[in-house]
Amino acid sequence: MSTTTTSWTVANSRRLARRERRRRLGPLGVLTHVALLVWTLLVIVPMVWTFLASVKSEDEIFGDAWSLPAALRWDNFARAWEQAHIGQYMLNSVVVVAFSTFGTMLVGSMAAYVLARYPFRGNRAVYLLFVSGLAFPVYLALTPLFFVVQNMGNVPVVGPFIGLNTHAGLVLVYIAYSMPFTVFFLSAFFRTLPTAVGEAAMVDGASHTRVFFQIMLPMARPGIVSITIFNVLGQWNQYQLPLVLLQERDKWVLTQGIADISTAAGYDQDWSALFAALTLAILPMLIVYTVFQRQIQAGLTAGAVK
Amino acid sequence: MLFNRYRRGLFITSFLAAPVILYLVYVISPYAQAFYIAMTDWRGVTATPAFVGLDNFVRLFGDDIFWKAVTHNAALLVLLPLSTIVIALFFAFLLNVGGAQGVTGIRGSKFYRVVFFFPQVLAVAVVAVLFQQVFRPDGSGMLNGPLMALGIKPIGFLSDPDVAFWSVLGVMVWQAVGFYVVLFSAGLASIPRDMFEAAQIDGAGRLSLFFRITLPLLWDTLQVAWVYLGILALDVFAIVWVMTDQHGGPDWSTTVMAAEIYRNAFQYFRFGYASALGVMMFVFIVGFSVLSLRLSRRERIEY
Repeated sequence: MSTTTTSWTVANSRRLARRERRRRLGPLGVLTHVALLVWTLLVIVPMVWTFLASVKSEDEIFGDAWSLPAALRWDNFARAWEQAHIGQYMLNSVVVVAFSTFGTMLVGSMAAYVLARYPFRGNRAVYLLFVSGLAFPVYLALTPLFFVVQNMGNVPVVGPFIGLNTHAGLVLVYIAYSMPFTVFFLSAFFRTLPTAVGEAAMVDGASHTRVFFQIMLPMARPGIVSITIFNVLGQWNQYQLPLVLLQERDKWVLTQGIADISTAAGYDQDWSALFAALTLAILPMLIVYTVFQRQIQAGLTAGAVK
Repeated sequence: MLFNRYRRGLFITSFLAAPVILYLVYVISPYAQAFYIAMTDWRGVTATPAFVGLDNFVRLFGDDIFWKAVTHNAALLVLLPLSTIVIALFFAFLLNVGGAQGVTGIRGSKFYRVVFFFPQVLAVAVVAVLFQQVFRPDGSGMLNGPLMALGIKPIGFLSDPDVAFWSVLGVMVWQAVGFYVVLFSAGLASIPRDMFEAAQIDGAGRLSLFFRITLPLLWDTLQVAWVYLGILALDVFAIVWVMTDQHGGPDWSTTVMAAEIYRNAFQYFRFGYASALGVMMFVFIVGFSVLSLRLSRRERIEY
């Protein structure tokens, strides 16, 4: 009996305290929303303006910036897709990122697992070798990297597939440059997993390889998902490396294609197709992000949270 | 037993072989070569390079464009972290502890967090083209259109050498803020709610809540943000290369180290000189990281 009375009083006094606090901070609540809305508009308006321009005619684009289109010109998208080759570039990006992320995760998790769980002479050195890559700016390596990839083109048999202007060549470079962060993050993750399950499986006769693929990898799922997302986005958005390594137009990835139509095209520029192309580069990303936003936010901030 | 050890060794070797070889070929060997190439006069694709010692560096120090690039990187190094962190902290604070009761999240905080993060998932090259259009110098630009309609002279966001740098900074902040709002929100969420409540009962207002509780407890996260943004400022490339006139112009007013490395290597084919620039950039980045970790070291608050 007495307990219910006490809890009632506590609840009541809490409510009073809350009301008091609300009174003190009340008008600021409105200002809070105003401030947040201002930034929301700053983020959204440039994109909405671009989407709007993507269905305008050339004349409308060069007229008043904020006029509404008289008719929705969806053919801008067809021209962007076909004549500006956005379709081709997007396909190239998808192929490259699919292979490079898969490869990064496969070899990256293998290396991270061995370095985290198997003490051997030189373990620390190999780990530091990988992690030291975090400190180096990729621009330092650009020139020699160009020639390394060019020379790879002369390797017998596989050469023609991994030299300059090849997607497989770019995939290998992406995998290599994703190693520092992937190994750094995943080996920390593997270290936190319990050892007992794997040991039990070993006693039952499972091989090291089997323990890795069938036990440790599934257990490391949250970490794997985060880093996969991190790598997909990082490799999809990469511009510098393809700019150097892919110089033939039909091999280009999406970022190169988008950057090029705005800079190099010159006088006979198809501006409405440019806006349509931009929309094609932005909108799918926003949709995918909105669907997976929780995982994506976690994946991208994974490296920064201890 | 012996067989087991053999199997273990075989396993380690087979798992490390692919990543280590890839890494040595594509990452370590180019970096190692870069330091050597920086001391040669290598130009063009066919010429045979000769060793010239530190000549490239001597020339670099007398190169006005190099110093302009360094100045811009240095300015970004101060301004980008400062403005991004201040804005992101402000919003993260509003989102997490700005609610009507002062200690809870506000209504719609999830929506804001999703929208604020939008720019972060876009490629920098795409953002650069987007803002090229937003900043157009005539009435067709998103910003100049309304300005001209109001009878104000259009601003040369990218064509005026005095303004272009600020446009670059603005776009970088625009893209970065969302990420740090999410990061700081995660940090704020890990601070026990009773701390805020206790402080409020003791009569603390929003400002003292922020300066006495939020800021000290977020110190670690802020430090990480500072280092990340600093490195972002030092190796910025795509925004400048794609968005600005003449890749770093007008009149070199926005150029940065990475842009000059790329220009020297792949437009002028001065491989030695470009590598020397790369070495300088490396020195700046490592120097910055070491320095900022040293300076910001501080007593950690356990809670």
